[in-house]
Amino acid sequence: MAILKNPVGSQDHIQGNAKAPCTLVEYGDYECPNCGEAYPLVKQIQEHFGEQLRFVFRNFPMTNLHANAQAAAEVAEFAGTKGRFWEMHDLMLENQKRLGDDLYTELAKKLEIDPAALHESLEKKTFTKHVRDDFSGGMRSGVNGTPTFFINDRRHDGPKDFGHIVKAIDDAIAAKSSTSAKS
Amino acid sequence: MSTVLSPGTPAPDFSLRVTPDQKLSLSDLRGRPVILAFYPADWSPVCGDQMALYNEILPEFQKHNAELIGISVDGVWCHAAFAKDRNLHFPLLADFEPKGAVAKAYGAYFEAAGITERALFVIDKDGIIRWSYCSPIAVNPGADGILEALEALEK
Repeated sequence: MAILKNPVGSQDHIQGNAKAPCTLVEYGDYECPNCGEAYPLVKQIQEHFGEQLRFVFRNFPMTNLHANAQAAAEVAEFAGTKGRFWEMHDLMLENQKRLGDDLYTELAKKLEIDPAALHESLEKKTFTKHVRDDFSGGMRSGVNGTPTFFINDRRHDGPKDFGHIVKAIDDAIAAKSSTSAKS
Repeated sequence: MSTVLSPGTPAPDFSLRVTPDQKLSLSDLRGRPVILAFYPADWSPVCGDQMALYNEILPEFQKHNAELIGISVDGVWCHAAFAKDRNLHFPLLADFEPKGAVAKAYGAYFEAAGITERALFVIDKDGIIRWSYCSPIAVNPGADGILEALEALEK
């Protein structure tokens, strides 16, 4: 059973209740079709669990399969420094077939981010290391493709559909409440 | 699930086709660590594919001077097309005829399905298996175990 080796912390992009009994971590690639399919699914899961769940997204660009994956990840990280990470994350996954400089410019404008500064950060590789660090941590934790989900630090090896993920999260929440009841 | 050869066992040598007109022997690689990754079949779904993952992690394996080799019962032409399509930068060996003979020697053949198991071996520079792992066939094991095994070789 693969375990998340680098704990969720302040360096992460986190959505939802900080004190939620369950944390869902996704290692994803903006150009990966399976991540595109998982995107509405994650939203559904977040809606289903509400305050019970927090969600973390980390980068795992498969650069040999997806030519735009690294740059797309860096664009989202840049947007993160302007407080627009999740909007950019969502827009990128909604437009994953159009990834590329034109789309980044268009999305930057839409989110009121300076496109020139964005492109400069890509050229200067400002966020390359950050993205590679995400990748490297994922690799160490047993990420086995994209998307890979960790539910309370354990890799989810079951089918990645709504029913199975919800069940796994329910189990994680139940396990947590039984341990805290004992202690 | 098969019982794969355990750490401490000398890795059985083999010579398999790596391209239509070229063979690769394990003994050719003596002197550096070798990662043998047996996998069930070429062309499994893209984003979760184990070989695509290892391809991505290849620079990390190379830091340990390790050679990565994929092995399945697929034929050389199938491997060639798969490697080209996925942009793979490491050799895929065809355990094709007699089918699965090398996988059997490593205890990594899934007889009922006629394919190799998802089994991993880290072999040291002297040809001794130092780590092995057989994953449930439906679970891509990732690379964390391999990396830990490579680090342990250097200790």
